[in-house]
Amino acid sequence: MKELKIFGVVAFFTLFLYWGVEPFAHSQMHKHVEGHGFTYDGTADNAEAAARVALAKESGVKVKEAEATAAAKKTFWADVARISKLKGNATAGEAGFAMCAGCHMDGAPNMGGVIPPKLDNAGALYDKNYLIALIKNPAMASNVDHKYADPMMHPMGSVSTMFTDDQSIADVVAFLKAKKSAEMTNKEAFDQACGRCHAMRYAKTSQLGDTPKFKYKKDELSYQVKILEEQDLVKAYMGKLPPDLSMIIRARGEHFMETFVENPQGHLAGTPMPRVGVSKEGYEKVKAYLTEIGDPSKPAREAIGPWVILFFVVFSALAFLWKKEKWRGHH
Amino acid sequence: MSSRRDFMGVALGGFTAVGGLAALYAMKRSWDPLPSVKAAGFTTVDVSAAEPNVLNVEKWRGKPIFVLKKTADMKADDRDIIVGSDRFHVSIGLCTHLGCIPAYVADEFKFKCACHGGEFDASGHEIFGPPPSPLEVPPFKVDGTKIVLGEAGPDYEKMLAAGLTV
Amino acid sequence: MAKFEKANSINEWMDQRLAVNTLKKVMQTEYWIPKDINFLWAMGMVLAATFGILLVSGIFLLMYYKPDVNLAFDSVNYTIMTEVGYGWLWRHIHGVAASLVFLIIYIHMFTGIYYGSYKKGRELIWLSGMLLFVTFSAEAFSGYMLPWGQMSYWAGMVITNLFSGGSLEAYGLVEWIRGDYVPGDAFLTRFFMLHVLLLPLAIIGLIVLHFGTLRIPHVNNQEGAEIDFEEAAELYKAGKVKESKVIPFSPVFLSKDIFVMGVYFILFFYLTFYHFQFAMDPVNFDPADGLKTPAHIYPEWYFLWSYEILRPFSKDLGLIAFGIAQVIFLALPFLDRSPNVAPASRRGLFHIWFWIMLIDMLVLTFMGKLPPQGIWNTIGLVAALTFFALWIALPIITKSEKKL
Repeated sequence: MKELKIFGVVAFFTLFLYWGVEPFAHSQMHKHVEGHGFTYDGTADNAEAAARVALAKESGVKVKEAEATAAAKKTFWADVARISKLKGNATAGEAGFAMCAGCHMDGAPNMGGVIPPKLDNAGALYDKNYLIALIKNPAMASNVDHKYADPMMHPMGSVSTMFTDDQSIADVVAFLKAKKSAEMTNKEAFDQACGRCHAMRYAKTSQLGDTPKFKYKKDELSYQVKILEEQDLVKAYMGKLPPDLSMIIRARGEHFMETFVENPQGHLAGTPMPRVGVSKEGYEKVKAYLTEIGDPSKPAREAIGPWVILFFVVFSALAFLWKKEKWRGHH
Repeated sequence: MSSRRDFMGVALGGFTAVGGLAALYAMKRSWDPLPSVKAAGFTTVDVSAAEPNVLNVEKWRGKPIFVLKKTADMKADDRDIIVGSDRFHVSIGLCTHLGCIPAYVADEFKFKCACHGGEFDASGHEIFGPPPSPLEVPPFKVDGTKIVLGEAGPDYEKMLAAGLTV
Repeated sequence: MAKFEKANSINEWMDQRLAVNTLKKVMQTEYWIPKDINFLWAMGMVLAATFGILLVSGIFLLMYYKPDVNLAFDSVNYTIMTEVGYGWLWRHIHGVAASLVFLIIYIHMFTGIYYGSYKKGRELIWLSGMLLFVTFSAEAFSGYMLPWGQMSYWAGMVITNLFSGGSLEAYGLVEWIRGDYVPGDAFLTRFFMLHVLLLPLAIIGLIVLHFGTLRIPHVNNQEGAEIDFEEAAELYKAGKVKESKVIPFSPVFLSKDIFVMGVYFILFFYLTFYHFQFAMDPVNFDPADGLKTPAHIYPEWYFLWSYEILRPFSKDLGLIAFGIAQVIFLALPFLDRSPNVAPASRRGLFHIWFWIMLIDMLVLTFMGKLPPQGIWNTIGLVAALTFFALWIALPIITKSEKKL
């Protein structure tokens, strides 16, 4: 039928137009970064280091330094893999954990640019290999070693003096996994993994946690000053204030967020954002919270959508029958 | 033929009307007060430091609220709110005549409205002029030394049941 | 004053005072439309319906939107999207409708070009339609400013800079348009005014004019056949609906329009609920930041082809090319020298011209979004040159067209 053919032509060009300005254009515009399921074995780090060696060789600048970094990374992640295979003793790890608790406590102040996170859920929130890597060398684990000529300058740099042998690292990680894996809410996961650097004003939280309600302007303002002071410390540590995450899930989309959190350097080489090493389970909670705050209409959309579409399907069917009646005898 | 035609038209029209009603419901919901407005409908007043016979005006849901601690020799009233061993008069500070805010004259233990000369005693009862009814008591709940406005506690329910306020 | 009899029904009472029965005849039951049409003839009513949806959803957005650079972003993304009951629905509908309205406008335009519906006698239909396209473009642009996200701000920056006129360096004019050195509070508030008052008024006025221009030359038909509407109408009224070449606007023509609208709304709401990203750019969910340009900035898809015409040339030449591209479609009835009113398929070279133009505009659209580098630049330049070559060729090929 002629009319269907015309419809086919219109539909074809419309879809072709859509393909060109959406999927095709975006595939050309953005770097594609493959996810790796929130496991941390240094594959991405080693590949980045190798690429930097190749670049250095091309320009002939700082080739030795690049090669040294690449070798150090390789050794580091091989060490992590080895420690990961050791059987940790959670009981022995408890004593080691006492050293962690010196900084990682409730109400801890900003230390070297950031408030140390509570570790109550660390075993569940963070990946095992990442925890091992972090205790061994925090700068390397979070893939921001380029910021620190001396790893001791990292806010958590001193940890390497506390856990000097492989077994002690395996033990404390075993302890975290066994005893510090308490069930957490989505919000708790976000607060610990992201909220110490990123504010979320739509959830009324800042780097200092939930913003309380104040009756008097004076109290409110002095709390605001406290937030600004904390933000200044984070800014000094990061180079710029990490962005508010209220709308980030809609501004970046799920795939970007996932791969970015796994390895920020993969998308933005040189970014000061550290890799936080969340586990798959931990990230799901963080994502759920980002969605809850940044895209709260999602459940409503999914609930109402099918009904509205069904309404118009029935509407079209009725309209078709009505049209048929009206056009009867016209042809 | 004609009746069949009408039938399809009516069916389509009726079905469209159902959709229209659903859209109207969504529109109605968009006009509702926001959740944040409703959540802000509670005000907590700490009365532990209140001075007797000094009127304290608080703001609740955008309206002025009179909080007056009575001295021991001021007349007790069924509408007094007892907090600890003290008696308080708490009311919405809008004249029941036409909604102006009466001023408290401490020497005379009276609220006087400047607009049309209405007067209320220190328990909020109309005693002179055009006001048709006593000052309204807002929903309240006593919580230790605090009064939570906006939440209906047992004392308020009792007042309401006795018809002492509306 | 006229003498009024006692009315026996509400209809009669209204008719005495407002001639409602005559109005109904003139505008509906005896407004004659050719019978030989396809679903593309429903696009006008689909556009009217989409405009209605934009108006209604816009009203509900207007109730909580705050045109202030400090409040705008949060009033949209927090208050409307989170707090207002179904606020998200109005916003999604408004965003999707703003995008789809252009899809339908383009289909409507190319339908007109294909069937020659702008020829002698119908020039004003085309001109008023193109003016609607221009006002809709301004409406879309001003609306795009309102959420005050990164794309709003940088689109505002770039588009207002166009008014500096290249080497003319009319930065005074740019500042005058903005009311500031950069897009700021004054800019946002005046574009808010344009978006919610002045431009919608202009659009409503132009829609009335556009409908009016249809009245005397009548709607075209699939074959471009000349119809004696009076004779055909008499035939129809005499009950010979099969023999007559016309149908009344209401209810016969409308019944088909409404069916097409139904199908269109299935697509519309599928996009609103599940596939809105194309119309609500993620980058605009980042608040405006005058000190940081996003990695990729590009206009909404419906502006891409003209944006691409700007890009491959030097600054001045680009601006001139862009300026011509904006108005050249207005000249279509005068550049097409052939008197034939017929579908392009029967018009020889013009048929080829039509499809090359359509594909060229698609290519320009694609290139407009891609980063301006390497092969994309070359393709963009070729497509832009083709665009102008086509317009230069149009009078020549249509002049030599055989009379049908």
